[in-house]
Amino acid sequence: MTVGSDTQPAAAPSGFDSDNRQAASIRDSARDYVDRLRGGDMGSLPAILGLVFLFIVFSSLHDRFLTTYNMANLVIQAGSIIVLAMGIVFVLLLGEIDLSAGVAGGASATIIALMLIDYDWTWWAATLAGIATGAVIGLAIGSLVAFLGIPSFVVTLAFFLALQAIPLKLIGSGGSLRFNDTVLRGLSIKNVPLTAGWIAAVLIVLAFAALSLWRYRSLSARGLVHQPLGLVVIKIAVLAVVVLGVTALLSANRAPNPDLFEISGIPWVLPVVVALLLFWTFILGKTRFGRHLYAVGGNAEAARRAGISVTRIKIAAFIICSSMAAISGLLAASYTGKVSPGSGGGNELLYAVGAAVIGGTSLFGGRGRAIDAVIGGLVIATIPNGLGLLNQASYINFLVTGGVLLLAASVDAISRRRRSAAGV
Amino acid sequence: MVKPLLELRGVNKSFGVVHVLHDVDFAVYPGQVTALVGDNGAGKSTLVKIIAGIYGRDSGDYYFEGEKVEVHGPRDVSALGVEVVYQDLALCDNLDIVENMFLGREETSRFGLDEITMESRARETLASLSVRTVKSVRQSVASLSGGQRQTVAIAKAVLWNSKVVLLDEPTAALGVAQTRQVLDLVRRLADRGLGVVLISHNMGDVFEVADRITALYLGRVAADVPAKDVTHSQVVELITAGRSGDLGIAENPSTATV
Repeated sequence: MTVGSDTQPAAAPSGFDSDNRQAASIRDSARDYVDRLRGGDMGSLPAILGLVFLFIVFSSLHDRFLTTYNMANLVIQAGSIIVLAMGIVFVLLLGEIDLSAGVAGGASATIIALMLIDYDWTWWAATLAGIATGAVIGLAIGSLVAFLGIPSFVVTLAFFLALQAIPLKLIGSGGSLRFNDTVLRGLSIKNVPLTAGWIAAVLIVLAFAALSLWRYRSLSARGLVHQPLGLVVIKIAVLAVVVLGVTALLSANRAPNPDLFEISGIPWVLPVVVALLLFWTFILGKTRFGRHLYAVGGNAEAARRAGISVTRIKIAAFIICSSMAAISGLLAASYTGKVSPGSGGGNELLYAVGAAVIGGTSLFGGRGRAIDAVIGGLVIATIPNGLGLLNQASYINFLVTGGVLLLAASVDAISRRRRSAAGV
Repeated sequence: MVKPLLELRGVNKSFGVVHVLHDVDFAVYPGQVTALVGDNGAGKSTLVKIIAGIYGRDSGDYYFEGEKVEVHGPRDVSALGVEVVYQDLALCDNLDIVENMFLGREETSRFGLDEITMESRARETLASLSVRTVKSVRQSVASLSGGQRQTVAIAKAVLWNSKVVLLDEPTAALGVAQTRQVLDLVRRLADRGLGVVLISHNMGDVFEVADRITALYLGRVAADVPAKDVTHSQVVELITAGRSGDLGIAENPSTATV
């Protein structure tokens, strides 16, 4: 694994000798990783450990927890939390907060339902109207934060209260709107055809493998910093196991009475989440806009001096957050089959913030990825899912979820302190 | 005499009722290090921020390569080829060296950010400056020492083929060896034909690398002289009293109305 280290560019004869172009072996990479962990750069590790822990606890306490039926349920329940958390990641990246995201989702879902019922709009037009509602809310919040300089905590607290008026006025207290559009409701209750699911899964694995290897080749050929080939292969293997494993699990017949009828295939929520994950991962990692988001979150003054419009970036982050909240509200409505005045006003927001933070996004800004929301969202969704199976009183659910959020925030704060001490 | 690369003429600047700069003339020559000295509150930082385009001018003209130019923000100034390396460095701790060097001017290809071009160019620039102390161009800036950060910030200016580089207190927080590295780097920049402005409190640094010295006193230019024509103590007098012998401001401006 010494490819690349002997192909120094001719323009660099003077010094720069000790510059590392790659960790020489997998063992070195592993040591680097342990060093980073010690230095407080935990990434998604706490979330993955938490997920494993929760799975062990719940599966030992209840024999139905690990059934494919419940796993598919978990995926569907996690969908709206994950999408909301993905939106929250954008404002957390800037060191801001959006307390109104949950109710923004509820308000947007109300608009979607009204468009479907009262105006007979088709599903995609109604969805666009809902996302536009979210975007307008985000624009308002972002403008107040960026132009007037009101702390986002206060602005979004005000919006949290005010936005609850929208569904209450439009639906009326005590009422609810049915949400039974075949496509939108189908996101939660229908599944991808088996063949299509497998084809998509295999394509994702192949695309990831091709991209990783191409990237490895072009970096090492030019003598740039790259990971050892072994690590690249391991990453591809892990992704293949996860993607193909989940597909296999969800493709099995999971009906409680398998002899009477069949339920199989990936719930449509999952492709929606995966598409959003890929899209935002690309935006954050591979575009100037994404780079500028990180820069503003890391040091807004430095970003401003580099010619980045901090105002525009802030407004954009709030628009993205509220638009994602609209999609999350849609998924939540699709899961419950109705929209009521209280939609989005409950635990949704704290679940999502918890998910993002548990996944490894920092509350202090500058650190976070779209995948954090997915991993953290699974952890958060597992708690009510497992406790529900155990027939626990709902107060336990509140206690546990609050505790997990606090724990995640503590891990974030401690690792931030260690990071600044270790300078990673 | 060589023509100045960058020149400000008759610049005035007030913040509310406080008149910070009075008719300041300032020039930067190619291949020379111009030291900008002055006590705290003399207006050095304000002048730098006006040159950088962060503050506007109340009056006065901005010339670049002999042409009068209009600048309306940091972008206009960096488009001219003027780069400012700030005292607090203006680097993002959560980004790595390459990302910081290209911040705000990222290279893109059809598939998004072009990391390959960016890393190669960053590497070439650091190598051409004989930077030896950086472990990897992909390490995050948070893990760098003060001297290394300064080096990265200066290398960023070189990367963009800047014609004028302003360094705000580059050695203020550095140890002896690191100060040495940075001063060597400053000299190398001027030897490449760049116009370098060094803002410093440290007379040792100033006399070591500067070709010209511009002293500010309470918002006015007390003197603009070749470094070899003045002594250490003369400069200190210019900074603290605004005049030294036949150099400096005629009447004491502190008694003038503000």
